[in-house]
Amino acid sequence: MSGATLVGPIGSRTENYLNASYGIRSWLLTLDHKRIGILYLVTITLFFCVGGIFASLIRLELITPQGDLVDSETYNKLFTMHGVVMIFFFLIPSVPAVLGNLVLPIMIGARDVAFPRLNLLSWYCLVAGGSLATLAIIMGGIDTGWTFYTPYSSTYSNSYVALALTGVFINGFSSILTGVNFVTTVHKMRAPGMTWFRLPLFIWAQYATSVIMILGTPVVAITLLLVALERVLRIGIFDPALGGDPILFQHLFWFYSHPAVYIMIVPGFGVISEVIACFSRKRIFGYSFVAFSSLAIAVLGFLVWGHHMFTTGQSVYAGMVFSFITFFIAVPTAIKIFNWTATLYKGSVSLDSPMLYALGFIGLFTIGGLTGLVLSTLGVDVHLHDTYFVVAHFHYVMVGGMVMAFLSGLHFWWPKFMGRLFPEGWAKTGAILIFAGFNLTFFPQFVLGYLGMPRRYHVYPEEFQVLNVMSTAGASVLGVGYMILFLSLLWSLFKGPKAPANPWQAKGLEWDIPTPPPLHNFEVMPIVTKEAYPYDEPDEEIEQIGEIERVKQEEEVV
Amino acid sequence: MSDTHSTALHHHFDDLEQQYSASNMGMWAFIAQEIMFFGGLFGGYTVYRNMHTAAFIEGSHHLPIAWGAFNTAVLIGSSLTVALAVRAAQQGKKNAIFNWILATMFLGSVFLGVKYIEYSDKWHHHLVPGLNFFYEGPLAGQMKIFFSFYFVMTGMHALHMIIGIVIMIFLLPKIRRGTYTAEYFNPIENFGLYWHFVDIVWIFLFPLLYLIGGR
Repeated sequence: MSGATLVGPIGSRTENYLNASYGIRSWLLTLDHKRIGILYLVTITLFFCVGGIFASLIRLELITPQGDLVDSETYNKLFTMHGVVMIFFFLIPSVPAVLGNLVLPIMIGARDVAFPRLNLLSWYCLVAGGSLATLAIIMGGIDTGWTFYTPYSSTYSNSYVALALTGVFINGFSSILTGVNFVTTVHKMRAPGMTWFRLPLFIWAQYATSVIMILGTPVVAITLLLVALERVLRIGIFDPALGGDPILFQHLFWFYSHPAVYIMIVPGFGVISEVIACFSRKRIFGYSFVAFSSLAIAVLGFLVWGHHMFTTGQSVYAGMVFSFITFFIAVPTAIKIFNWTATLYKGSVSLDSPMLYALGFIGLFTIGGLTGLVLSTLGVDVHLHDTYFVVAHFHYVMVGGMVMAFLSGLHFWWPKFMGRLFPEGWAKTGAILIFAGFNLTFFPQFVLGYLGMPRRYHVYPEEFQVLNVMSTAGASVLGVGYMILFLSLLWSLFKGPKAPANPWQAKGLEWDIPTPPPLHNFEVMPIVTKEAYPYDEPDEEIEQIGEIERVKQEEEVV
Repeated sequence: MSDTHSTALHHHFDDLEQQYSASNMGMWAFIAQEIMFFGGLFGGYTVYRNMHTAAFIEGSHHLPIAWGAFNTAVLIGSSLTVALAVRAAQQGKKNAIFNWILATMFLGSVFLGVKYIEYSDKWHHHLVPGLNFFYEGPLAGQMKIFFSFYFVMTGMHALHMIIGIVIMIFLLPKIRRGTYTAEYFNPIENFGLYWHFVDIVWIFLFPLLYLIGGR
């Protein structure tokens, strides 16, 4: 990689992707993957705020056992819109589209993704789909639950289901086209010497995710289209009165939406691999196992959809098979957790803000994953199905897992792409508050679910109030944490000190180029000669310091 | 970036070979998602045909085999013309590409014309679910589901045909201008892949909708 390092002096006015052109047009019509990544970041931040407002209202309502803040119909709309916005318009594009667009091409030594125009179109699909969903929300909302179960969604609901479905349908193309783009980019655009087993693990994770996006999303697209047709034209496909089968909807829906759960976690795994390696100053333990476990999760993820339907008129034998395969998914997932832990072991760990988020991820995701095993046990699920135990489980995976990973990656790559350093002290405060607030919010929900509180009700028996108040209190802490994080990043954009090319002393092609990256990423196209994560080889600049420390340590040992 | 190659090379690729193989692979990945898209429909069809076999056979008897067979032949013919267009593109024969694409457009339009005749026939017989459906007998509800599948599946297929024809309309002036040469022909080849895919979907739709149950 020597020769590719052309780091301009800090503060000089070298041309980069941020100052190459100005004006709103240069952003809205950009074909640059880095700018598109930032467009995604702005968009999903807006949706995160919208989804967060719904979540706050839900938690406020649940402080008291009576339904005093909103009536039950409004409450149905609140949890539906919270789910729809957060899943389709925040989580699914979060790591894949934001961080993937920012770093994927640079990591593999490419000037851009394979199809830049398609990439911009993907963002417009998100904007168009999101606008339709927002329109549905403004006109009066939807109340079907984010799963759009038939026949309620197709026949009985009096809310703006068809409009929201169209929004989600269009947004699906954003995922599909991004997936097509990334798969092709990883196959065809790698720099000379960047073999498959020299790829950073973030790329393997993105690749596995893209495969799921390509193969899963179209199935839910056609399914939602059928529901919309059924709703508008009454064509009968999901209408039991005519011989239609509402449960077919659930099969088709979960055929995508279970793999989609992995769209919402596997890219996070990729981020964690990068961050853990950097802040432990070690190669990832068992590189190929971590790489292939992403692919294994992608494949197995297509075979387990029935575990959402254990109580839905599915044959016991099908249930047993789905339960068994679901257990299997824990194996590649556990491989990752164990390998990260082994990487930490005897590493020289430093607790910078990205690492705090990554360590938080490992803890929270482990809880989320293990409670997933509880739910995939056929008999136990009958007791826990549709209780707060499920809600707590998937929030531990989605928020404790994916959002933590997203924030970890966002802090990790922020100085590189924004060119500014954020205030580390505030970032750490935010990370700790988010971790604490998250646990306080969702751990009580495990207990609530085990005690039998069903999800999706705004009125509950008095004895559940203490735990619900704890949960709402935790949500407030969580909200403060997010606010601190948001303000510290926003502050850094205007007032933060200029970032050096490699503030974390990290390894990888993206750290060898100037900060912020030049328009076409590389002044000189890189030739890769090393495996990923060569943290055991001392940096050229800090070689001497390392040498001195090593001698010191040896003296101490003597 | 040493841009000594022809203008067909986009800046982010190293050479035309990389650009060609990337666009080819991207098209195959896109076709994979198309297969899953139609796969959802075929899956639903399979489930319901097993649940309501009698209604599906009865519904199938309302579809004109002759028109279906004619359209199958038309589409197979268009597969040939589009393959010849790709071949002409590989050889850099500008006029031949133009003519074969025009022929493909013609055959695609014939197919859609026949589809229009069939759809309006269904309308006259009140067999359009949701808009104009009236059928008497014990199987009425299930027949409605059969025709829902018929219209959604053939409608999605026809939509893909229309998109294909629109793409060809955009390709024609570019072919005229000589954009596609023996070393840069991947848009034509990718379009050919797309068109073949749409043909193959029909090859499955025709027997599954028109020919089940014997007559």
